Amino acid sequence: MKKKSPQPVPVWRFSIAVMLLMILLVLVVWRALSLQVLDTDRGYDFLQRQSIASSHRTEIIPAYRGLISDRNGEPLAVSTPVDSIWMDPRRLINNPESWSALARALDMPLAQLKNKIVNNRSRGFIYLRRHLPPASAKKILELGIGGVKSQREYKRFYPAAEVASHLVGFTNIDGRGQEGMELALDSLLKGEAGSKRVLRDLKGHIIRDIDQGKKASPGKELVLSIDLRLQYLAYRELKAALIRSGAKSGSMVVLDSRTGEVLAMVNQPSYNPNNRESLRPYMMRNRAMTDVFEPGSTVKPLTVVAALESGKYRPDTKVDTNPGYIRVGRKTLLDPVNYGVIDVTKILTKSSQVGISKLALSLDEQSVWDTFRRFGFGQSTDSGFPGESAGHLANRAKWRPIERANFAFGYGLSVTPLQLAQAYSVLANGGVLRPATLLRQQQAVAGEQVISAVIAAQVVTMLETVTQSGGTGTRAALAAYSVAGKTGTVHKATKGGYSDNRYRAIFAGMAPASNPRLVAVVMIDEPDESRYHGGESAAPVFSRVMGDALRLLDVTPDKLMTTKQQSVKPGRRKSA
Amino acid sequence: MSGSEFVRQMPGASPELSRKVGLDQRLHIDLPLLSLLLVLTGYGLIVLYSASGQSIETLHRQGRFLLIAYVGMLVVAQVDVERIKRLAPWAYLLGALLLLCVPYFGVGAKGAQRWLSLGGFRFQPSELMKLVLPMAVAWYLSNRTLPPRLKLIFASLVIIAIPTVLIARQPDLGTSILIAASGLFVLFLSGISWKFIFGAAGMAVLAAFPMWRYTLHDYQRQRILTLLNPESDKLGAGWNIIQSKTAIGSGGFEGKGWLNGTQSQLDFLPESHTDFIIAVLAEEGGLRNVLLLLLIYILIIARGLWISLNAQHCFGRLLAGSITLTFFVYVFVNMGMVSGLLPIVGVPLPLVSQGGTSLVTLLAGFGLLMAISTEKRIMDQ
Repeated sequence: MKKKSPQPVPVWRFSIAVMLLMILLVLVVWRALSLQVLDTDRGYDFLQRQSIASSHRTEIIPAYRGLISDRNGEPLAVSTPVDSIWMDPRRLINNPESWSALARALDMPLAQLKNKIVNNRSRGFIYLRRHLPPASAKKILELGIGGVKSQREYKRFYPAAEVASHLVGFTNIDGRGQEGMELALDSLLKGEAGSKRVLRDLKGHIIRDIDQGKKASPGKELVLSIDLRLQYLAYRELKAALIRSGAKSGSMVVLDSRTGEVLAMVNQPSYNPNNRESLRPYMMRNRAMTDVFEPGSTVKPLTVVAALESGKYRPDTKVDTNPGYIRVGRKTLLDPVNYGVIDVTKILTKSSQVGISKLALSLDEQSVWDTFRRFGFGQSTDSGFPGESAGHLANRAKWRPIERANFAFGYGLSVTPLQLAQAYSVLANGGVLRPATLLRQQQAVAGEQVISAVIAAQVVTMLETVTQSGGTGTRAALAAYSVAGKTGTVHKATKGGYSDNRYRAIFAGMAPASNPRLVAVVMIDEPDESRYHGGESAAPVFSRVMGDALRLLDVTPDKLMTTKQQSVKPGRRKSA
Repeated sequence: MSGSEFVRQMPGASPELSRKVGLDQRLHIDLPLLSLLLVLTGYGLIVLYSASGQSIETLHRQGRFLLIAYVGMLVVAQVDVERIKRLAPWAYLLGALLLLCVPYFGVGAKGAQRWLSLGGFRFQPSELMKLVLPMAVAWYLSNRTLPPRLKLIFASLVIIAIPTVLIARQPDLGTSILIAASGLFVLFLSGISWKFIFGAAGMAVLAAFPMWRYTLHDYQRQRILTLLNPESDKLGAGWNIIQSKTAIGSGGFEGKGWLNGTQSQLDFLPESHTDFIIAVLAEEGGLRNVLLLLLIYILIIARGLWISLNAQHCFGRLLAGSITLTFFVYVFVNMGMVSGLLPIVGVPLPLVSQGGTSLVTLLAGFGLLMAISTEKRIMDQ
């Protein structure tokens, strides 16, 4: 069956085999040693770093942008987390079979995606979709396509939309402020991005955090001075007035005269910052701060201040406006009717061009300019608001009489609605100028006494007559509150001189007049010709807004009592 | 009475004869070898759990295959060595026939046709050949005068070349090299003259260039080039080797801890549960665990060589020696390729990597060792 006694296999062959085996074994062990322990060129240290480099990543933690709210905490700009999808074209280029599924998930034409990948094949980062709701982003990531990743970002949402858009502004898609307060205080709002080290797998999925590098410090919360209730009110009324009058644009500013805080600032036209597709530059201007206009008759009270300060005049000093016009140089200045001999108060009540010109011409050459200057004209409010205009208040070495007269009733200088409101707050505030501010203040902004408290009070009392019967601004009057204010109707400056039929209607005023709390300016640009007068188109907006605003702020009415006792009281008015 | 007849009577033989032999010998179990294999496969399961991404399912699968493979090993161990020897040529013919069928009836994946499907059961004829080829060469040489003369050597080389070429053309370079090695080991152990060994080595060097130029597939050439400079194609062919070297090296002496490897747990390491499983062990267990694993392998190989040396018959000695040395080659080639010493040829780490067929074949081989080992003791009686 089998051959007996086969030749024995030589044992020495085994020894050789074992020796060979040993050599190979030593080779393997040496290899392991040199990779894992020995201090070789590409050994443990190098490979340890390689391993960390491939699996550890430093992730940027985006900082949460600070909330912007109104003075009562109503949100005006909030950040919500969103996810942006991006890709690494270098990886996708090798994986064309995944493109169609990706295009479907992204809701993007396949050809477009293909172009994006092919055109950027050597790049490592291309956005595919920005600002998706986290749930939709998750669906795309769940396809598990290599090289498609997401990035947490914050999207800004503006609950008050077009009502506060000019003031609040907006951020761009990268979260940087572009307009308004978002731009002005961007460095405060943006916070500081943090970082952390994470463990990630081959596909870039984050497995877990390794350590916290730097915590993201969220941006500061910003509390604006505006009261959203008043803001809505002002926006609604201004917009309604513009629709009624067919005007081109308009602005309204409401100030808290005691603190200098802006409680409302609205403009027309406006835009919705949440949907900026149809945004045009002309909609974006915060006209109340960026656009200047000639204030016209609304500065007459300031000229009266200069007159009172000169000591030559008292509120009841008589001025002869006969015969209803005055020749200054080669120009003739007209009143609508001949008011005859009237006192200084009446000059304001009736807005007499002749009267105010006479006052101005009787004063020092510089004194009206100087008064305007003290009221803050020609100087920025230092709010830091982007694009804010300082207005124009040029001094002259030599003033011609017609220039002095024009200046006295508001031509030859320009102001912003906010500057005008700030000037009226000097009157309302006993002669103290408080720079208008857009941020809520713990206490009143430090002010400066620019005119005497007595004169300020006198002028307020004189301005009350404007809204009473016989005045030009009766439509600004309120049932429960006394109103002091001044109308203005300005011929618009156009190419080649002042236009005959294009106007600006203005009303500036305060309430309650007995103890002013709110100052407001309404400016309407080019109302239609039938109601171009400041008393007709701007004053009604003032009264509608102020009436509701004062009630909302729980300001005690001062008029219910005074209407009954008007003939007897008040003493202050007698003295005026 | 011949020894082989004696053996055939052994199972259930008369009590007075079996009184002196232990239970392990009666069951044809080589206890040291079995214990070492159990330690190795148990250790392997622990590594595999981590390498498969903590998949209990993979562990169950591997466990079931291990069970089958151990049963298979014990069954093979019962077979009489003489019968194995008689079966060897027929088994070789069958295996060669099946290999011939593969290109015509086989099924494949990834551009290689390696599988035969028989009644829903898929298997690789090359796996069968791993055991059958050394058996056939040992059978051929053990019946003749040793050391073999040129004619015998040439005939042996033909026996080796047929399956090697067939498998290389599937293509499965790694397996064909291992199978060729298992046959050559038999030749080597049979005591062929050094003249032939050095002559063959010289021929191999001379043949290397035309081999490179004409017979290697592009991807095979690429693997060798990549070995020389893995950085040349970091994301492509060099990826595997860079990742595995990084995994091994970053483990250091201590290792990162079981289940804590970053390369292996975060999918950077490809084929982590099959060919590259040692990199997982190196990363998580560090050098000390690699050395421990190596020690287990060395002990198994030492035991195998001891069995071979103590085999009573030439056939048993050649076969046991070849199986043991081939096992070592598996270990060496796998570790060499994972650590960047050798090109990547797709050789799993024996008894540790996932894979059912390979477990069955390897343990069947150890079954043969046990059969040879237990035969000898009975002869000593």
